[in-house]
Amino acid sequence: MTNHWIDIKNSNVVIIMGGNAAEAHPVGFGWVTEAMQHNNAKLVVVDPRFNRSASLADHYAPIRSGTDIAFLLGVIRYLTTTDQVNFDYVKAYTNASYLVRDDFDFHDGLFSGFDEEKGDYNKESWFYQLDDDGYAKVDETLEHPRCVWNLLKQHVERYDFETVSNITGTPVADYKVVCEMIASTHTKDRVATFMYALGWTHHSKGAQNIRTMAMVQLILGNIGQLGGGVNALRGHANVQGATDMGLLAQSLPGYVKLPSDKEPTLADHLAAHTPKPLRPGQTNYWQNYPKFYVSLLKAFWGDNATPENDFGYDWMPKWDQMYDFGKYLDMMYRGQINGCIVQGVNAINSMPNRNKNLKALSQLKYLVVLDNLSSETATFWQNEPGYNEVDTASIQTEVFRLPTTCFAEEEGSIVNSGRWMQWHYKGANAPGEAMADSEIVSGILMELKKLYAEEGGRLPEPVKAVNWEYTDKHNPSSIELTKELNGYDVNTGRQVSSFAELKADGSTACGCWLYAGSWTEQGNQMDRRDNHDPSGKGITPGWAFAWPVNRRVLYNRASCDVNGKPWDPNRTIVEWKDGKWEGIDVPDFNAKLNPQDSAHPFIMQPEGVGRLFALKLLKEGPFPEHYEPVESPIGTNPLHPKVVHSPVLRWFEGVKDTIGTKEEFPYACTTYSLTEHFNFWTTHCRLAAISMPETFVEMNETLAAEKGIKNGDLVKVSSKRGHIFTKALVTKRLRPLNVNGQVVHTLGIPRHGSHNALTKKAYTCNVLTTEMGDANTGVPEYKAFLVNVEKAEV
Amino acid sequence: MATQDIIRRSGTSDVTPAAQARVGGVKQVAKLFDATKCNGCKACQVACSEWNDLREEVGSFQGTYQNPASLSPECWTLMKYNEVEADGKLHWQFTHSACMHCADPGCLKACSTAGAIVQHANGTVDFDSDKCIGCGYCASACPFDIPKISPVDNKAYKCTLCSDRTAVGLEPSCVKTCTTGALRFGTREDMLFYAEKRVAELKDRGFTNAGIYNPAGVGGTGMVMILRDINDPESYDMPKDPQIKVSTELWQDVLKPLGTAGILATAGVALLHRITVGRNIVEEDQPGYRAEDHEEDNQ
Repeated sequence: MTNHWIDIKNSNVVIIMGGNAAEAHPVGFGWVTEAMQHNNAKLVVVDPRFNRSASLADHYAPIRSGTDIAFLLGVIRYLTTTDQVNFDYVKAYTNASYLVRDDFDFHDGLFSGFDEEKGDYNKESWFYQLDDDGYAKVDETLEHPRCVWNLLKQHVERYDFETVSNITGTPVADYKVVCEMIASTHTKDRVATFMYALGWTHHSKGAQNIRTMAMVQLILGNIGQLGGGVNALRGHANVQGATDMGLLAQSLPGYVKLPSDKEPTLADHLAAHTPKPLRPGQTNYWQNYPKFYVSLLKAFWGDNATPENDFGYDWMPKWDQMYDFGKYLDMMYRGQINGCIVQGVNAINSMPNRNKNLKALSQLKYLVVLDNLSSETATFWQNEPGYNEVDTASIQTEVFRLPTTCFAEEEGSIVNSGRWMQWHYKGANAPGEAMADSEIVSGILMELKKLYAEEGGRLPEPVKAVNWEYTDKHNPSSIELTKELNGYDVNTGRQVSSFAELKADGSTACGCWLYAGSWTEQGNQMDRRDNHDPSGKGITPGWAFAWPVNRRVLYNRASCDVNGKPWDPNRTIVEWKDGKWEGIDVPDFNAKLNPQDSAHPFIMQPEGVGRLFALKLLKEGPFPEHYEPVESPIGTNPLHPKVVHSPVLRWFEGVKDTIGTKEEFPYACTTYSLTEHFNFWTTHCRLAAISMPETFVEMNETLAAEKGIKNGDLVKVSSKRGHIFTKALVTKRLRPLNVNGQVVHTLGIPRHGSHNALTKKAYTCNVLTTEMGDANTGVPEYKAFLVNVEKAEV
Repeated sequence: MATQDIIRRSGTSDVTPAAQARVGGVKQVAKLFDATKCNGCKACQVACSEWNDLREEVGSFQGTYQNPASLSPECWTLMKYNEVEADGKLHWQFTHSACMHCADPGCLKACSTAGAIVQHANGTVDFDSDKCIGCGYCASACPFDIPKISPVDNKAYKCTLCSDRTAVGLEPSCVKTCTTGALRFGTREDMLFYAEKRVAELKDRGFTNAGIYNPAGVGGTGMVMILRDINDPESYDMPKDPQIKVSTELWQDVLKPLGTAGILATAGVALLHRITVGRNIVEEDQPGYRAEDHEEDNQ
């Protein structure tokens, strides 16, 4: 979240789209009802299902899964054609006025530079026109035909109400209401927030879904404001922390990069990732990349990292392609992987295309499962007729189960969606032989060190060099680890108080630069529990620690105009008063600068402004474009039939054969979470199992009638990849949508099917899903695929 | 909750009334369920089971989000789910279903066992399971279908409004756990004041039929509800005009006093008989004498 949970109470319009906050984030959703009751906010819900969030919405609009970009580009068209735009904001704080290269182009679903053979783009033309000093050219009047604003208007021209409705299935009347409600926040005294989650990420264009929304927010002037922002609701405690710590396949802690093999030296790497300013006078905060990177290397390798050896850069793994979970499973499937450690995930039920994954795990020599529950992953080799049909005798994989603690059995910090690092204490000792994950991993490392010392082996250097100076090398304490993440002066041992103190010369070590300030010389800042809120706006600087530097609202310079005057005096975060900056939050800019010199609020960008045109950052293009899901229920793209889905997808060998067509599998299907359960974990919890004992498939009344299916009937749902048996929930909450001259029915399956828990034995929906996913992130398209359904014989 | 706070009890009559000194000394309380703020998350239902140590069997899918299927001796709070089409829109309505703690409780009136059902001075209607004989009169008398008889011990169970919590100044566990502020707890006066204010807000937001469910037929309830459409409480699975059954009223107001009178009359006749005729002494040599009936006499 750019903002945080409590801040939602400051919103005037709350849009829940690509998520279901009432269902999946019921506690945080309390701030939505708070905004509705005490700030007279309106709630808009856009979703394929009339869900628990929709039950409280002022307006609900149905949408066909996988068409959010068309929906939102239509919103942008509506805003621009009706001039419901915060123009002062757009001109000063976005790249609307920047001129784009003349060779950038878009035709028939493809941007300039497409290489048909590679299925990828040469992105050369996706850039600004530069002047002689290397700065981007701008036209502040927004009149130049090559300025981003005019190119954007041209790009969205196609997305009129009828076209959008024809793609999304959202009735025009509903769509207009949503457009109007969103547009109402273009004024300076009104702000909208978007709350989203896996409903946007789980698509073959997930990153672009989110980006399109961010563009809407920029055009309305809603980023950097109280009650506004771009708000990802994180599900798993502690998935925000895990992401901060390098969860993504090509990330290291603090979102610095894992080196690629195109960057053989530290200098190469730093040069590739330390941007030059694209406009004069920029903060260009990533110019500090070398300080963060070298400090991270010092944390990894300690005294073994010296200027002479590039601070141990050679010991870092270098990638040639993205090695995410999907890639690894595919490699296992092909017998290219010997062993796998599964930690913090019930992989066999959570990953798409379960039948393929069963074969993948069966190819391993060994599988180590770290979990606090008996997950289906650890028992994947056990034949369970009807639910997990395997030939046990033919599986040679040796499985080791290492029981871990659960979060309540250890102390440490959990980072919430609002970036608050909140310290918690151990509530109970773990049962039996369970150990913390950190203890298990340390134990493995210690054993490796011993084996290397005794027997030698390939590439011993990193194992030898790793910095592991903990009191108990087999069991580093949470406190030691956290203090290391904060960072310290390697000569004096003094904890740094902010990342501004980090150095690129090896004199500081820091495990995650964003966390600097969380454990300073003043002690643990994360266990602070002063909920004093002096402004009444939900800014509580004494409660826990929000990264970065205890800032509660990111990009908060954008809450005021170029002269430092808040757009809305009732939403003052920072303000230029009597020759200095004052405010209720930590400024997200250099507060020593005057308003004009600091008027580039998006300090992480080398041009200091929000990007309506994304340059080369995303694989599909600098503007979002509607592409169909990989499996489309209409089998075409009404905008450009030759480019139906994203042209830059990653296709593993043989996967094309596992993609169904609408002729064979005529119904759209989506998957989701229920309030009663958290993934597969709570299926082991009796009270949660009582409250939702069995999974099901939801379908609309029309389809059910057509198929002769009654509420509660056993049905067979099949995709190109497999089938499941489950029970039907026939509901008014799903309805047939008219799309491109046909009727599209959507089915919905909760993702909590377990066969090894307290709930009734069930199939997991991931028997049906495809591993095809977002080209940027590899996140699979769990939310939009094709199935067939029929009544099953009992 | 203090036994000296009991102001009404079952199985008794005006001849032996419950204590009245505490009436007014303790303010009436109420739980407020605002259906227009409820997101159906079931936190209240699970919290109820947690606090009261209730564990219903893990069931199976019954074609609805509602699980378990109904209230039971092991489920005292249940969220109900109803899909309703009204005003050209679909509404997915959630009902926090639990004891309504009627001011004039049918269960208490129907119960013939002295003190098995009591009403406390704060309005809470509570069961004393130890005294319950499992006759089921409370269940059939309740217009909201709340009390359930346990197959384990054949006694009636239902929500206590967490009387063990409220006695020490805590809110009921369901209220404590509510994620959206749909449940509130306080004095009945405060809850009604708040509810009226909230209904006015809702009307401003376009819910023109919003209203307070506090049915007069049972003297008002200790759980007050705010409904989207007060004219259609059935759409929330709530009776439109709940009344205590005539048979229950008859039992409480006519038959029980009659019964009391009957007992008194019998006693009177017996007394008269004793005075006028004297003891009926059976001699050993008379027909019908059985020695085993008089064993104690011989020891």
